[in-house]
Amino acid sequence: MSVKVLFFASLRERLGHGQVTLDIAEPLSVQEVWQRSSGEETLPANVLVSVNQDYADAATLVQLDDEVAFFPPVTGG
Amino acid sequence: MIQIELRATPFDPWQYLADWQAQQHQGNTHSGAAAVFVGTMRDFNEGDDVTRMYLEHYPGMTERQLDKIVADAVRTWKLDDALVVHRVGEIEPAQPIVLVAVWSAHRGEAFDACRHIMEVLKHTAPFWKKETLPDGSVRWVDGNTPLQRQPLA
Repeated sequence: MSVKVLFFASLRERLGHGQVTLDIAEPLSVQEVWQRSSGEETLPANVLVSVNQDYADAATLVQLDDEVAFFPPVTGG
Repeated sequence: MIQIELRATPFDPWQYLADWQAQQHQGNTHSGAAAVFVGTMRDFNEGDDVTRMYLEHYPGMTERQLDKIVADAVRTWKLDDALVVHRVGEIEPAQPIVLVAVWSAHRGEAFDACRHIMEVLKHTAPFWKKETLPDGSVRWVDGNTPLQRQPLA
């Protein structure tokens, strides 16, 4: 079972990849998904996160087959 | 009726509204007010000239967030109709980026809902601007201007 992890905009460029697939056996927190997908210890305070396209936070539990995304502050409009 | 559209090509918001009015508002005798906001690309930002920009988005989540923002506004202000059109991709100065239009029975609801949709969009819809400067260098825009609160009565 796996989790799809997406990165956008300046965060994608900084990490050097836009998508990672994590094989997981049990639910993980967003914080753990960040560590395993980015290779960095702490989720930066200005990085936003969504789970299944709804806003979430570092403590949100990620289930098998979920879609997680990390991205910088949004600048549309 | 609610309509949300993301466009990868330039559009004319006034023509869009005229078409919408002709197609969707035939026989609408209920809306006494319409409020419209058009956001356009400037040729300057943070003290520098900007020659063009690229607007990235998160396909799927962007539409989902816009749907939620507009549905929430329609419920809160009892809107008759609401329309949001937003560009993605390459944009040049003076080209429209976003069109928000709402229709309601009275002006207060229309003004407030239009403003609310625009402010929440700017702070929650997953879009990111990357600017190109005259020397060819590129930079990501750090963040939008702070939430514009309604002035006190």
